[in-house]
Parts: sequence; structure tokens; C-alpha cells
Amino acid sequence: MSSLARLRLPRRVARIPFIRTIQTTADTTQLQDNAHETEPFWVKIHEDSFQTYNCDKPELDVKVTKNELLHMYRQMQTMRRMEMAADALYKAKMIRGFCHLAIGQEAVSVGLEHGITKNDKVITSYRCHPLAVLRGGTIQGVIGELLGRQIGMSHGKGGSMHIFTPSFFGGNGIVGAQVPLGAGIAFAQKYTEEATCTFTLYGDGAANQGQVFEAFNMAKLWDLPCVFVCENNKYGMGTSAERSSSNTQYFTRGDKIPGLQVNGMDIIAVKQSVEYARRWTVEDKKGPLLLEFVTYRYGGHSMSDPGTTYRTREEVQRMRSTQDPIRGLQRYIEEWGLASEQELKQIDKEAKSTVDNAVEEAKASPIPDTKDLWTDIYYAGTEPPFMRGREREEIHHY
Amino acid sequence: MRNISSLSRLTTTVTRSTSQIPRTQSCLYWRHISSSSSTRSTAATPNTDSTVSALEPPPAGGHLPSITSSALLKHTREQSLKTPGILWADAELDEARGASSLSFATTGRETRKMNMYQAIRDALSTALSTDDSAIVFGEDVAFGGVFRCTHGLAEEYGRERVFNTPLTEQGVVGFGIGYASMGSKLGDSTLGGRGMGGTAIAEIQFADYIWPAFDQLLNEASKFRYRSGGQFNVGGLTVRCPTMAVGHGGLYHSQSPEGFFMGVGGLKVVIPRSPLQAKGLLLSAIRDPNPVVFMEPKILYRSAVEQVPTSDYTLPLGRAEILTTGSDLTVVTYGTSVYRCEQAIHLLTHPPQGSGIERTVKDALGDWRRGTGKNMSSSPSIELVDLRTILPYDLPLVLRSLSKTHRLLIVHEGPTTGGVGMQIAGDVVSGLALTTREENSIGEDMRRMRKEAFLGLEAPVKVIGGWDTPGVALQYEKFYIPDEVRILDGMLELLAY
Repeated sequence: MSSLARLRLPRRVARIPFIRTIQTTADTTQLQDNAHETEPFWVKIHEDSFQTYNCDKPELDVKVTKNELLHMYRQMQTMRRMEMAADALYKAKMIRGFCHLAIGQEAVSVGLEHGITKNDKVITSYRCHPLAVLRGGTIQGVIGELLGRQIGMSHGKGGSMHIFTPSFFGGNGIVGAQVPLGAGIAFAQKYTEEATCTFTLYGDGAANQGQVFEAFNMAKLWDLPCVFVCENNKYGMGTSAERSSSNTQYFTRGDKIPGLQVNGMDIIAVKQSVEYARRWTVEDKKGPLLLEFVTYRYGGHSMSDPGTTYRTREEVQRMRSTQDPIRGLQRYIEEWGLASEQELKQIDKEAKSTVDNAVEEAKASPIPDTKDLWTDIYYAGTEPPFMRGREREEIHHY
Repeated sequence: MRNISSLSRLTTTVTRSTSQIPRTQSCLYWRHISSSSSTRSTAATPNTDSTVSALEPPPAGGHLPSITSSALLKHTREQSLKTPGILWADAELDEARGASSLSFATTGRETRKMNMYQAIRDALSTALSTDDSAIVFGEDVAFGGVFRCTHGLAEEYGRERVFNTPLTEQGVVGFGIGYASMGSKLGDSTLGGRGMGGTAIAEIQFADYIWPAFDQLLNEASKFRYRSGGQFNVGGLTVRCPTMAVGHGGLYHSQSPEGFFMGVGGLKVVIPRSPLQAKGLLLSAIRDPNPVVFMEPKILYRSAVEQVPTSDYTLPLGRAEILTTGSDLTVVTYGTSVYRCEQAIHLLTHPPQGSGIERTVKDALGDWRRGTGKNMSSSPSIELVDLRTILPYDLPLVLRSLSKTHRLLIVHEGPTTGGVGMQIAGDVVSGLALTTREENSIGEDMRRMRKEAFLGLEAPVKVIGGWDTPGVALQYEKFYIPDEVRILDGMLELLAY
């Protein structure tokens, strides 16, 4: 290994000038006219926010409103608070099992939600807590599920990776397994001629799964209204994208599916690209599109990963201080005079108390009833005669 | 590997040579076999030349009575319409009209002679015509499928509903799960009924190719309802695949993977034995609000021919069927093995005169009579049970039968270790017998049944399955598959125990 590393080093150094890495700075958007209190106004996204593959760039001029930006800010802050609360509950040993947090990636989930409609469908991997809330769930529902309580969105049966709402087809625990499901959901939308599309999210790690390419192929073959979204947080568990992928330009990996790489740390760019993808698939009926959000996770892959063995603390610190999506939006809001630091602090406080209250509510909820061990296995009335219970004497008869 | 022209011929012949009867196994009652290599042919097809050379290929269809002449198949319209458990789709309408559905069943309905692939095609056609959300997809299904099960469906129902997929099993099943989950929720739904989403009928070209999709079936399909606390389900998903041996399928075209699905709660596994059963069970599987893997014994696609009702009907899932009633031994089986068991029972009751088989049977039955105190003229009666639904299987029926017969033999093609047979054997003798709970859903005293079945055993439970080799090796396929000789030997062993 050491000899390999020595051999490789000069090559990697030499290659650096040729690799065009995307700018993930979170605050390069410029105000174009006067920011209004009530009226929409125009801002211009930095031209490096997008890279394209066989498609045109989205418009860089974006119309925004004060309310929307503040709403985004509040949601991102709340999602981060929720994930931090989960982190604390896990460390207090109240949440057990597996738990994957999306701290640092808030612009993707909140930006996605702002770019799509209620009827569009979303399916994602195990890093799913914010999307579950944004797609119609509740914070107490998510925290309750993590705690394994009845109030949980899957009544305590699922846990971290298994949270659903009518338009959110869940976190999915198997790396990449949700991607062909997304293609199937999109087929149903096409079949029923619904004017909606499916956003199928996966990570840079899952991008190397065989079934992801199977799904790409079917989606393009049948021109399904499916937007494949690669959330590139640069590490698949403990392996950096460069070490795992021969092509780290994930937006180009759809072969005949056009792709768009997006600065996933700038929520305005995310929202703009999601609206673009929605138009592409639903209104223009051009088949699937591949989006790559370049983002960064501050924590480890899961709770058992400190997240510092395969990257330096300095790298994490640098991302936090220079490219944080919440701070980026905060700077826009302050610079454009939409709200004062004081007002934003107030929002932060409210986000924290919202989450704190939800955590208390979730903690107060009872653990699932024993009888629910046997429900939802088969459709009621079509079950086998019995199921074994926890001990020899316990047999549940349907 | 996927040469279609050769695949579609796989089902055309069953070749079993008498010269290849397995003799190396520890056959307790097979002492005379070495002197009787031609006895089976004389017993079964009198016109077969018993002096046939071992070098000469055996006749197509083998030497024993073929599947087509099986008494278990419904050869007349009358028999067909009286199939036990048959539920006509329009029975409710019928009752609403005040007419007895039974009388209409036996008077007003048509049947048509179909083999199993035609019956499956008929079921798929019925599903497509009665459910707008139903789609049929898989490798090569649009031009009829390698076994012709989807023949003409694309032309009839449109290529947007019956379509080819790429060769991507994992992707195909994942795609089907996505489609089936769409619109599924508690209560009414936009697509299918009973809280189901779209009706996705996927085909995996061979059960041997289901492994890439195993993750999707195990981790996504079976768990969707459970892990979402009932908010989502993929009840509309049915995965069809041809299974079991054809005589020369080899390692990748003759496997029986159902045993691997035994621990997958939330999923159902169904294996039909005949055209009539296939149509009814497939329609049940498609309409069942749970994901179902429907495995079709590929040798039966062409060889099993039956009068099949043309109207829409279903047969119940989770219910085994007693094919012949008996009081001395229960033989539980499914799929192709049903016919081998029938043939073995035939050999038991009508051993070819003057053959080694006759002497073997006579010896064993002598022991049986002495052991059970039967008089010299009595002969054992065998209860033959077709499991039909493999998961979750009909344990109460097995226990009921066993309480009566006290001897249990389970026969299947899949590997013995970790297979369905061992599961049933385990359930019969395991600690379940000690449960304190009293009644099952239909009011039976399960505790008493288990106790009676277990304490009443007159012999160990025996499983005859495939060997624990890595697969079904081409030249050894005849040895791998439990044939009527092995089954007869097992029956004699249990009776004389």
C-alpha cells in the first residue's frame, strides 16, 4: 500500500489542475434589484453553481421573496436542531440502533421541498429524517420513531431508516435499493398520466451499485418522469468519492440521461435546479434527469463513525466555517436587509424550542404494544394461522 | 444461457430411463432392485419393449404413466367445475340474483382444454382485463415469454401494459415494488383495491435468476408494510417465475429455490400443480393484498393438460388440498412432485407382477401388517396432500391429517437441508406442541392437534428432497430429483417402521 501511495501521489498532484471541482460556496448569489418586503425580487446565482451534461444550464436569475427565504432559513435551522437532538438522544443511549444524520446537508432537503409540489413523490436512502418531516411528517413523529415509540411515524416498528408519508416513500436501509423503486413509482405516474414526477435520491456511495444503473436504463428506455438525485457528500461511509469512483462527476454517469451538477450548499441554487428538473420531466416530458448536489456532511456516516478517521478535522472545520448552507442563507438575508441578526436569532430560538417540545412529546409516548409485533405482516385477514412469539409459550393466533 | 429457442424446448420431454434408478442410496426396502431394471416399464406402459437397450433413448414422456394421464387432473368439464374451494368472481352477483352459485357453476359455465402455460396466460389476460392498473413485464414477455405464458397479451392489451424489460432482475423487481407501492395506503386507493397500489405482475425468466432480486424481495417487498407501520404496502406485487426441474435444465435452469424464502415473513410463496390450479391460484396471488412469489413448475407448462373454466375464478391461498384421502400415511408435497407421489402410490398399490418392486412392497407391507396388527388382506391407504401455498403453509391441515395417519412423508425437489420439508418436520416435532394457547382463528384446538400429531407419531417424519449439492447437475438430474422409486422407498420405510 505504501508503495502504491508513493506511486500515486505525483499523479494526483498533477491531475489537480485538470479536475474542475464545483464551487460549493454558500453565499455567492448577488442581489439584482432592490429587496422587497412583500414583492418578489430578483437575484443572480453564481455561474459556477451549475455544471451540465447534455442539457442547458438553468436560468441564473431567480425570483425570490422575503417570506420564502425566511421560511427556508427557519426550516433548515429546525432540521439541523432536530438532527442535533437525535445526536444527543443517541449519545444518551435513548436512541439505539442505526442513525444517519444529515447535518450540513440541509440545503438539499429544504431546497428540494421548495422546488416541488405536494403531489410529487420522493424516495431516499437512510439519511432521511429531514425529508420525512418536510414531506408532511412531524418532528415528534421522526424523533418518536427513532426512540421506538408509538408516536413514531411507523409506530416504532421502523426506526431511523423507515419513515414514510403519503408522498414520501421512505428512507430505505439498503444502499441503492430505493433507486429502482423510484423508477417504478415514476412508471406509475406516467401510466396514470399524473402531472407529477418522482425524485429518487441516493448518495455518492450508492452511485456505484449495479441496480442504480439498471434503474437509469429503464427510466431512459421508457422516458419515465424520474429525477435521479445524487447527494454527493463526498464520502461513501469512510471512502472518499475519489477512492471509490472512476468517474466522480456523478451527474455524467447516466449515459444518455442528461445531468446537472448543482452547488448543494446554496439553497437558492438547489431550488432553482429542482424546479428545472420538474419542468424537464413533467411539463416538457423529456424523460429522466440526473441531478448531483455537491454537499457535505459534518458528522460521521452513522453514529458509530466519528467521521474523522478518513478526513481531517480541519477539512470539516473549513467546510463548516466557509460553506455552511444555513450561514450562507443567513448572510443573504442580512446583506439584503430582509431581517436583522436579532430577528434571525429569534428564529433560531423558536426552532430550538419547537424541537425541544417535540422531543419531550416523543419521549412521553409509550413504547409499542406487544400485539403490534404481529400486525402489518400480512394484510389483515390473509395472515397465516399463527406466528411465534418471544418465548416458547407465546404463539399468536390470527 | 438465454437462448430462447432451446429454452422453449426444455419442457417438451420428460425422459426418465429405467436403467438409471438410484441404487446407491440406503434404500431399506430396495433389496431386489438389481434384478429388476426393466420392471417399471412393464408396469407402466405395457406396450414398451422391456428389452430396450440402455443405449437407446427412453421414449418421450418416460416409462411410467405420464402426467397427462394423471387421475389428479380434471379431464372433464364436470370434474373441473366441482373443484374444491373454487370461488367464482361473479358468485356475489349470482347470489344477489338469488341463484345458487353452485348450480350455476355446474350448469352455466364453460371449460376449455388448456395446458398450464395457456391457463396462466388466461389468468394474466383476466387480470389485465379486470384491473386497469395491472401491468405485466419481464424479460421477453412482450413477444410471449420463453414459455409462451404471455403469448399475444401485448397485442391484446397494448405495449404500455405488457412490455419487455432489460435483463435486470434486481431492477425489475425493484421497479415492480415501486409501481405497487404507488397509491397504496390504508383505506381506498387510486389504483388497486384493498389499500393496494398498482398491480405489478413481474416475470423472472427462471427461478434460478431470482437471486439478484432476492434482496429486493426480502428487504423491500416483504418489509414494506411492516416497516411503514401499515402506511405503505406492495400488496399488488406478484413475481412469477418458472421453477423446478425439466430433466435436463442443469445447474441454472432446474433449481427449486422456495426453501430460501421460508423465513421471509410478509411474503407469500405459491406453487400450483396443474392448469386449473395455476389459473385460480395466480389470480388469487395477483389480487392478494400481499406480495406473492408465484413459482410455476416448468415441466408442467406443456405436459399438464386439464379442463379449465374460462370464467374468472380464484382458489384460496394458504390452504393445502387433500388429493386422495387415506388413513395410514400422509404424503405432503407440491408442484411436479405431486405426480411422482401419485406414481409412487400407484407402485405401492399395484406393484408390477413378478418384479423386484412387488417383492419389496410385499416384504414391507408384511412388516407393516405385523406392526399395526392389520389382517393379511389389508393394504395401506395414503393421504396425498398438495401444499399449494408454501409460505405461509397450511400447518393445521398437516396436523389434522397427521393426527389421523400418524406417519408423515414430505417430498419436494428443492435441497433437503434448510428446505420446506425440514421446516414442516420441525414444526411438527418442535416445542410448538407445548403451547398453552387454545384456539386458532377457525376455533380449532391447536394445542390438542399438535399434541395428538406429535404423540401419535408411529415413525419419524421423513423428508425426501434434492441432495445438498451446489445445484442440479446436468447429468445427475435424474438422481437429484426425488423420483417415484425414492418416494416409494420412503413410504415403505415409514409404514414398516
